[in-house]
Amino acid sequence: MDLVEFQGKQLFGRNGVPVPPVGAICRTVDEVVAGAEAAFADGASAVVVKAQVKTGGRGKAGGVKLASSVEEAREHGGSILGLDIKGHTVNVVYVEPASDIAEEYYLSVMHDRVSKGHLVICSKEGGVDIEEVNRTNPDAVVKRTLSPHETVAGLSRDTAMEIVTQANLPAEVLDGAADLLVALFNAYRDEDATLAEINPLIRRPDDSVIALDSKVTLDGNAAFRHDGYAEWQIPGIDADDPLEAEAKEKGIQYVKLDGQVGVLGNGAGLVMATLDVVAQNGGRAANFLDVGGGASADAMAESLGLVLKDPSVKSVFINIFGGITRGEEVANGIIEATRRLGDFPQKLVVRLDGTNAEEGRRLLEEAGHASVVAAATMQDAAAKAVELAAQA
Amino acid sequence: MSIFIDENTKVVVQGIGAQGTFHAKRNQAYGTEVVAGIHPKKGGTTWEELDLPVHATVKEAVEATGANTSMVMVPAPFTKGAILEAYEAGIETIITITEGVPVHDMTEVYDTVVRRGGVRLVGPNCPGIISPGKSNVGIIPADTTMPGNVGLVSRSGTLTYQIMHELAEAGIGISTCVGIGGDPVIGTQFLDVIEAFAADPDTHAIAFVGEIGGAEEQLAGQWIRDNIPDTPVVGYIAGFEAPEGKQMGHAGAIVKEGGEGGESAAEKKELLEGYGISVAMNPSEAAQLMIERLG
Repeated sequence: MDLVEFQGKQLFGRNGVPVPPVGAICRTVDEVVAGAEAAFADGASAVVVKAQVKTGGRGKAGGVKLASSVEEAREHGGSILGLDIKGHTVNVVYVEPASDIAEEYYLSVMHDRVSKGHLVICSKEGGVDIEEVNRTNPDAVVKRTLSPHETVAGLSRDTAMEIVTQANLPAEVLDGAADLLVALFNAYRDEDATLAEINPLIRRPDDSVIALDSKVTLDGNAAFRHDGYAEWQIPGIDADDPLEAEAKEKGIQYVKLDGQVGVLGNGAGLVMATLDVVAQNGGRAANFLDVGGGASADAMAESLGLVLKDPSVKSVFINIFGGITRGEEVANGIIEATRRLGDFPQKLVVRLDGTNAEEGRRLLEEAGHASVVAAATMQDAAAKAVELAAQA
Repeated sequence: MSIFIDENTKVVVQGIGAQGTFHAKRNQAYGTEVVAGIHPKKGGTTWEELDLPVHATVKEAVEATGANTSMVMVPAPFTKGAILEAYEAGIETIITITEGVPVHDMTEVYDTVVRRGGVRLVGPNCPGIISPGKSNVGIIPADTTMPGNVGLVSRSGTLTYQIMHELAEAGIGISTCVGIGGDPVIGTQFLDVIEAFAADPDTHAIAFVGEIGGAEEQLAGQWIRDNIPDTPVVGYIAGFEAPEGKQMGHAGAIVKEGGEGGESAAEKKELLEGYGISVAMNPSEAAQLMIERLG
């Protein structure tokens, strides 16, 4: 689960990572004006109006603008709210008192799949794409992996100091940066983040360092020990696709894609393979949907209903391998699901394989549902589904 | 022979609720030597469905039964504790079926149990292991396969069943099938399984099913080229159509946005083919390639 910038800063702030003075969360131009007025009244010399979307490159897209007056903030609010940034509509902007920037650095802590531990990255060159810095000037990027037993009691101050020193941050900021890194590591661990990134980490004229931006990803599997991350679920902020949101609510593994063939199957790997086979037959999948192991009538009806809600779906490919759940049970689930859903224009191509698959296919044929087309192999089914989508 | 589990495997089951009981009973019916269930509050009672004793701790069960393997099916919040308990009780092979375990929990477990403890941990979020004719620990449908000489390793359950089923229809059985799981941090990697297959005299060919995300398939491919270039190896990577930055069902099946590369299916396929490994475009083609190689 990704947080937007102001949420990341809230998370940083409560864990002792220094951040700029708190700003205003605004959904309308009037709120932007009120936020800017409050900041100027508090003595800010300027404010920054920042789009709150879960994607990078906001600055380049015109989603981050400096205002030195309330009027200017009003203009920026008007231009940024509603802006489309890489397919994300800006519904919320953050109006923050501007910070004086002497220098910009980079700092992050993330889970590292390769070492199965933690990875700290620090660079003297911040405010730019760190991957780009890594390509053009790898010496400027310090990467340090840490194993869990090194960090049982958190990141030690000594290790933090080693890292920021190695990154050649100036002597004047080393103490502040080391303290900040210790706090950032604790935030990452205690909040179950898999990424906590600050770009840029800025040096202010008084040599203090603060997080001017935030990028935080929380581990969805750890939601159970953080009240389901309820505090971060604010409606309307960079909303998910509505079908993805509905699926999440129902506990269905669903990802919206941009093709015409609706896909559902049992098992994440099998569904991924289904998308691949659809593409190899000249079509594109409209979604990823894993109905899970059982493929019961309930799960099937709910999943199929969701897939059919997508107006871009012109045909559906149901790909089931019968294992513990046998072919005839799967077939009965599909038959029952189609009954419950009533009439729908799309054809369902069902490919059933595995234990008692023949029996299952026979049941499907006997049921004789006008929408159901049986297929023997994945290739065959994909070809049929793609053809039916093209005709529809 | 086979790898990781065989006729000497003695299994305790951690998590004897409805799911754990259902699958343990199937494993027992297959001939797996299940020896006890574990429940902290039901020690000394009988696990009726399997007619086996329940012990309060893994340690007690090991002392009473000589168990060497554990199947972990407790809910995700308790999985870290269950694995550490099995490890401390001296269990040699810990097979964790549970999905949804937090990354930070698994990072700690991996460090203690695998990296520093040297114990075999398989999973989490995996279907388990089957050595046909000998032992089945987990949720793999045993009647999709039969004893033979192909070793199978996979991040995906159903894709594995598909391949086993197609091989079986062509009369080809397997030595062992290891479902390593779809999470970002898993105890046993592709390479660990392939090294074990290479050392197993009864495994003559290897099929593996990878997915988008991470870089474990590449490491395995390089090792295969350098160490067992003459063994028939066939692979498939699921997720050619997966967009960047979207998690596809499995927690580990995600191509990092703006990452360093190498995590997509196309990139993995290209790297593996560079190591001389046949990579199919779909699971059925992988099974067919294997049938041709062995025919």
